[in-house]
Amino acid sequence: MTAKLTSLVIAVVAMACVDHAQAQDFAPYSQAIPGSGQIMPMVPVAGGRFNMGSQPDETGHQPHEAPQHAVTVGDFWMGQYEISWQQYDLFVHRDDDSFGQLTAPDKLQALSIDGLTGATTPYVEMSFGMGKEGYPAINITQYAALHYARWLSAKTGHFYRLPTEAEWEYACRAGTSTPWSFGDNSAMANEYAIHAGNSEEHYALVGSRRSNPWDLYDMHGNVAEWTMDQFDPGFYSKSEAENPWNRPTELYPRVTRGGSWIHTPEQQRCASRLPSAANWKERDPQIPKSDWWLTNAPFVGFRLVRPRTQPPAEDIARYWLEAIEDYGI
Amino acid sequence: MTDDNRNDTDLSRRQFVGKSSWLAGGAVISASLAGCATSPSAAPVAYAGGSDTLKLAVVGCGGRGTGAAKQALKADAGVELVAVADAFGDRADTCVSALKRIYGDERVKVTPETTFVGFDAFSQAIDMADVVILATPPGFRPEHFEYAVAGNKQIFCEKPMATDAYGIRRVLAAAKEAEEKKLNVVVGLQRHYQPCYLETFQRYQDGAVGEIISGQVYWNSDGVWVREREPQQTEMEYQMRNWYYFNWLCGDHILEQHIHNIDVANWFIGDYPVSAQGMGGRQVRNGPDHGEIFDHHFVEFTYASGAVISSQCRHQPGCANMVEERFQTTGGSIHTDGGNKGIITGRSGETIYKHSGMFDPSPYQTEHNELFASIRSGGHINNADYGAKSTMTAILGRMATYSGKKIDWDKALVSNQRLVPDSKNLDWDGNPPSMPDANGNYAIPVPGKTRVL
Repeated sequence: MTAKLTSLVIAVVAMACVDHAQAQDFAPYSQAIPGSGQIMPMVPVAGGRFNMGSQPDETGHQPHEAPQHAVTVGDFWMGQYEISWQQYDLFVHRDDDSFGQLTAPDKLQALSIDGLTGATTPYVEMSFGMGKEGYPAINITQYAALHYARWLSAKTGHFYRLPTEAEWEYACRAGTSTPWSFGDNSAMANEYAIHAGNSEEHYALVGSRRSNPWDLYDMHGNVAEWTMDQFDPGFYSKSEAENPWNRPTELYPRVTRGGSWIHTPEQQRCASRLPSAANWKERDPQIPKSDWWLTNAPFVGFRLVRPRTQPPAEDIARYWLEAIEDYGI
Repeated sequence: MTDDNRNDTDLSRRQFVGKSSWLAGGAVISASLAGCATSPSAAPVAYAGGSDTLKLAVVGCGGRGTGAAKQALKADAGVELVAVADAFGDRADTCVSALKRIYGDERVKVTPETTFVGFDAFSQAIDMADVVILATPPGFRPEHFEYAVAGNKQIFCEKPMATDAYGIRRVLAAAKEAEEKKLNVVVGLQRHYQPCYLETFQRYQDGAVGEIISGQVYWNSDGVWVREREPQQTEMEYQMRNWYYFNWLCGDHILEQHIHNIDVANWFIGDYPVSAQGMGGRQVRNGPDHGEIFDHHFVEFTYASGAVISSQCRHQPGCANMVEERFQTTGGSIHTDGGNKGIITGRSGETIYKHSGMFDPSPYQTEHNELFASIRSGGHINNADYGAKSTMTAILGRMATYSGKKIDWDKALVSNQRLVPDSKNLDWDGNPPSMPDANGNYAIPVPGKTRVL
């Protein structure tokens, strides 16, 4: 990028920030998806310092959750619910002008968005017959989830992305330090989480159990949620203390959090990390395998965050990860 | 993760693959045939131990053909890809470069000289191979399958196997020839290689819940890809790129996709329907880039036993989605679906069998593992007969929904309607069998008026 262009971008960002500060306090809001009737409630999560990971004596502790270490994250809004099929399908079907009504060109530039790609139409039926209206979108790759965020950013002018692993755990804990945000008694899980013991082998409507202390639903269970991070079992020994992000360079494994309807409460703890694997596309018969769809992961979905302060365009560009072609190796 | 492990083994083995060439296809076939009387060990010896090379050709180089080639290369370390064929050069090149990236030049030996492009490319690629993958749009399958069987090739053949009854008759005749020649033919109805189906079927066969008296099979989804018309394309090129929406190439989604569920009904019942009646149309997916096919079909298939199977397939976004099979039996019920599920329930609601296998091995890989194991051991798998007849069942359903009439299997099978020209009569500037009107729209079947026999 030339110096001239950079300064132009910075000017645009500065304007956007002023705009934003006037228009919106750090409060809950509802993000309408333009061109549809869909609303995404967003909850403010005031940043802070917390202990990420778990101690070896915690029920269900895994070695990759250690060492527990202090981490600070900034302010962000987080989606109150997992993204639903109706919200996701706007990005797949590309009707209702879902790819036509975008934010202004200067805002797109500030978001480092110069073109959009929608998910391909899957050959197989991706909800696995578990229902779509009000249910969480599943079988979606991390790449697809992130490009959904990019698309939503282009529609709204706000920078949406996946949470980092640290942001996700911070929001899940919601100020608590127990294995679950509801305490240390797994018997309480029925009230707060869809898990293997109460799911009857399928996902549930988003928000069908109680929220955590910060009004976020289904952080434990229902569907596991994508984060921005590469999975590295040793990351906690070398992680930065402030807004850590293990930026992915390999397709597998990447991190999902919170466990799902196929997992036990022990696998849904705040500190639990579930790495992705190649066999999440086991039944994809094509080569290259799809960038957009998983075939064996009806337990994986996502929710989005929006940083309170929009970073400069060049920083945002680092979040829009490129696809890594999957040759099934 | 088994997927990865197998592949690593393949990759690490690739430098050890022997260079000794395998006997010409014809020679082994004669030995194998003769083996019934005099020389039982001839064929197995030729393939034994994975040490000899099997030359592979791919006909139809889209994502599925490329995927099948990868599965073949993974299934057997002695497989070398020697030739590819596709109507389009860009498809052929993409396929070869993807496979070279995985398996390298040692096992992907395709050169520009063995990359064949055009409507007649298939014969040159098939000629070079011991084993062929047939994965073009299904309209071409009868001609390709016939040619491969005549050349004594071992065959992996994608579903469906034809788009019209004329094509089915050709495939059935070639299937008989393949049987006589003891060729291995694996058909890509991969539910036959998927644990949830195999385990459930076995228990049904063993009498867990009596006999099937009725069932419902579904492929209700949002639909599949569309490739929009581009300005420089001839009509032929456009249809070949956007082939899903043209019947001579695709056969409609009741055939191209829903065949999987209809085939499960045939498989479990152990028979094919005697008649079909139903309804269908095109209500939501009805633009010019959606060609001539319906977006929904509902068919009742009646079997000789009196069993009736309702078949639903729908490509309409925003509706209830389900892709599965359900059967009611004299002793209970069966529920299967491709998401690795199989459940058998007794009449009082008790679970008799429940299969759960979130990460069961890919049936797409298993079908190649079994094909190559059979080739190596001198075995004989032939899925062609049921592949052809399940294809015919879906065509029968389409005939019923297009015509609005009750159609008998016997009459459908001898129908003289022919949708697909021979490859020698196709070229890029010629007219495909369906042509658009002045507004770019195609004639849509009209129940009550459209003739199908």
